[in-house]
Amino acid sequence: MNGLENKGQRFVALCMLGIVLFNYPVLALFNVSGTILGVPMIYAYMFAAWAALIALMARVAEGPE
Amino acid sequence: MLYETTIVFIAFLYLGVLFAIAYYADERADAGRSVIASPYVYSLSLAVYATAWTFYGSVGRAASDGVGFLPIYIGPTLMIALWWVVLRKILRISKQNRITSLADFIASRYGKSALLGGLVTVIAVIGILPYISLQLKAVSSSFTILVQYPEIVMPTKVAALSTRQDTALWVALILAAFTIAFGTRHLDAAEHHQGMVAAIAFESLVKLLAFLAVGVFVTFGIYDGFGDVFARAAAQPKLHAMLTPLGGVAGGYSTWVWLTVLSMLAIMFLPRQFQVAVIENVDEKHVNKAIWLFPVYMLAINVFVLPIAFGGVLRFPDGSVDADTFVLTLPMAEKQELLALLVFIGGLSAATGMVIVETIALSTMVCNDLVMPVLLRTRGLRLNERSDLTGLLLGIRRGAILLILLLGYLYFKLAGEAYALVSIGLISFAAVAQFAPAILGGIFWKGGTRTGALSGLVAGFAVWLYTLLLPALARSGWLPSGFLEHGPLGIGLLKPLQLFGLGGLDEISHAMIWSMIANVGAYVGCSLLASPSADEHRQASVFVDVFKQGGGGARFWRGTASVPDLYHLLARFLGTANADAAFGDYARARGLAWPDQRLQADAELVHYVEVQLAGAIGAASARVMVASVVTEEELTLDEVRELLDEASQVVVYSHRLQQKSSELEAATAELREANRRLTELDRLKDDFVSTVTHELRTPLTSIRAFTEILLDDPEVDATQRKKFLGIITKEAERLTRLINQVLDLAKIESGKADWVQSRVDMKEVISDTLAAMEQLFKEKNIEVDARMPEGVSAVFVDLDRMVQVMLNLLSNAVKFCDGERGRIEVALTESDSTLRVDVADNGRGIRPEDHEVIFGKFHQVEDTLAGKPPGSGLGLHISRQIVEHFGGRMWVESALGRGARFSFTLPIGAAP
Repeated sequence: MNGLENKGQRFVALCMLGIVLFNYPVLALFNVSGTILGVPMIYAYMFAAWAALIALMARVAEGPE
Repeated sequence: MLYETTIVFIAFLYLGVLFAIAYYADERADAGRSVIASPYVYSLSLAVYATAWTFYGSVGRAASDGVGFLPIYIGPTLMIALWWVVLRKILRISKQNRITSLADFIASRYGKSALLGGLVTVIAVIGILPYISLQLKAVSSSFTILVQYPEIVMPTKVAALSTRQDTALWVALILAAFTIAFGTRHLDAAEHHQGMVAAIAFESLVKLLAFLAVGVFVTFGIYDGFGDVFARAAAQPKLHAMLTPLGGVAGGYSTWVWLTVLSMLAIMFLPRQFQVAVIENVDEKHVNKAIWLFPVYMLAINVFVLPIAFGGVLRFPDGSVDADTFVLTLPMAEKQELLALLVFIGGLSAATGMVIVETIALSTMVCNDLVMPVLLRTRGLRLNERSDLTGLLLGIRRGAILLILLLGYLYFKLAGEAYALVSIGLISFAAVAQFAPAILGGIFWKGGTRTGALSGLVAGFAVWLYTLLLPALARSGWLPSGFLEHGPLGIGLLKPLQLFGLGGLDEISHAMIWSMIANVGAYVGCSLLASPSADEHRQASVFVDVFKQGGGGARFWRGTASVPDLYHLLARFLGTANADAAFGDYARARGLAWPDQRLQADAELVHYVEVQLAGAIGAASARVMVASVVTEEELTLDEVRELLDEASQVVVYSHRLQQKSSELEAATAELREANRRLTELDRLKDDFVSTVTHELRTPLTSIRAFTEILLDDPEVDATQRKKFLGIITKEAERLTRLINQVLDLAKIESGKADWVQSRVDMKEVISDTLAAMEQLFKEKNIEVDARMPEGVSAVFVDLDRMVQVMLNLLSNAVKFCDGERGRIEVALTESDSTLRVDVADNGRGIRPEDHEVIFGKFHQVEDTLAGKPPGSGLGLHISRQIVEHFGGRMWVESALGRGARFSFTLPIGAAP
């Protein structure tokens, strides 16, 4: 049960991380003109942060209990 | 060229393929080789979340405000991070209680309340209607646009041009027929639709591939990659604002946040998501993979949304083409017939997937939680007496599917034209979000009650109706629009879009704020005010503590039932074959065959039947039906509380058990030690017996020898005879003494000795003993030195025994004294609470290793030179027993050649 609880806590932490990443004021930092590899800043940030969050979730989900 | 018949043919061909997949999957499931028992299929089936809204609507939304389509997918990703905690719990609860739908879940949690189940069903059906109408709108308009190929004409203009048949109605009817054929072919006790899930997973692949195909075509075919699209968009004044959309075209950050929250709730509480994620789940472990695979799917299907949206605006700059159709119209404008057809099929798959699962989920709710409870309670129908109800159940579900789709069509006609796809869908999201407090509160908070859930849902739903649904209908001209602008009866504070004067927000944020305040407030407030019934209390514990308790609610039942009654009940709703199978499983699990006379209609069987029945007709109805064949004794609230307390005590018990087992270990060790001592004592007893026998034989042998001499030889002279008789007498005395001592010892050790206790002055005892032995001392020429202070305290002992001890010690001292210049010292001293008596001699002393041994039975210190000392070897042992009996201690201090000092203590005054 200890391992399961640990995993649950990691997921809750990831959710909180996601809430911070996709909320004011972090979003406002990227809501500016400019591009990364030709993609407007805000969209580049959103897709990159989203992908990173999913990667972390995959790591925790597939990791040991 | 695309002919209308070709398109229709291909659409039906696609539906045929779906049906074939579903049929194949059902066959495989019946053969026990399920195709959906895979985390990948589970993840793909979850993607039923992506509907025509995603397929067509996201682009439309992106074209108007840039980022507005994203929170619909990022929100779910955040929620899915919590699935490990939330979804696993809901899954476990649902499996244990055979939950068949969202309404069933809520009704079951709050005391299997039929009223609550009905309310949830009504809210779900009304709330989902806009969402279904969205699918009908998307399919019918994409069809209408496609048949105009190569022209690009919007459906509204098409309708004006010709008197065409109503495409949306046809779509609704065809989908209804398809869903009925698909999802209600037979009745499954577990509400599993394996064929449907397989088909949905396939549809998810089709729509993803179709959308990616368009995305790649637009981004890399029409334009030169992402950079090119965005660079051109930046040059377009209309699109430039969308490069920094937040706080601008996309509304404030609060809009973003509310859309995220709304989507977080929608992914859990949309009836179709609940259906695929919970009801159709075949293995809890699949959640592990779905947690990241499903978000990957959502990410993938969104990558090309912006290029298509911006590309569409760039391609149709005059605004004549609805942005919701860019996915279809861009390939058409580029004369890509096949791609356009693929897009149509992709959109069709997105829409049909949603409609199939949503209507099946809703029809289950309508049947189990709305219609059946009413029918079962209507006595005039005599449903209780019908032998087979499976046909009725299927009929109700089929009717419900048709009705829901027609209502969806009606909503499309009433309000669908005025809104973009996403805006229609968000109204439904806001409706299902009303389930969140009752469900989340229900699985984590035992205090939530039926009254709380009812009032929360009613309050939230009422606000939703007032702030979202009525304005939507008013906008379309079906209600007077005056009350939108001035409020009902001209009351400004009640304006539906600025309730209580709250302005500056978009419609959805505004409705969410007020409905959540009303919902959560009423739920929590009424839960705290209303006291729960026994049923609610029990169910709250079953739900909240699902991971702590082993099983369902079997313990909470008391009453009488019969096996045949229960069997016939099950057979009526599930059919004989299913009922036989269910009873067979139950009997086998208990090592019996079915039918078997020994099967008991106990609480467990009644619970089992109720759970099986719940799978077909819902928890609330199942409870009513089971109650009709068993005589149940209501458990009072106190009794349920007691049972629950017992459950929590199980934990305490297990701790205690652990403690007990360690105590047991300690006891075992003690026992082992006791056993060892017993064995030792046994050995000592044997030694004792053989020693006693030996000691008795020695005097007997000499007595016998001398008597025989006297008997055989009468010539023995008088002096000789006198000497022999003297020896015989002495040996006989020794024998008597020995026997007395053995008897004495046996008495003391068995606790049967008579102790006569009285106040004794030890000084007197010592003086008397010394006086009695004075003659002996003189004979042996021994000097005695007694030092006794005046006025020592008295002790509470047996006088004769004390004399015995003193005699023993003194005679020992005499025996071992120096032969030439014997000297004995006797001392009596008093300390705090004890009297101490010392008897010292100046003999040869005792080796240190023998200091304890001499107090044992028959232990005598043998000396190779001096031989065996006189005496029985019991004296010291008995003396020590006596002293210890009175709470004292006896020991010896000595060294070889320095004499020995025997000492003992006695507690002063106290009676033992």
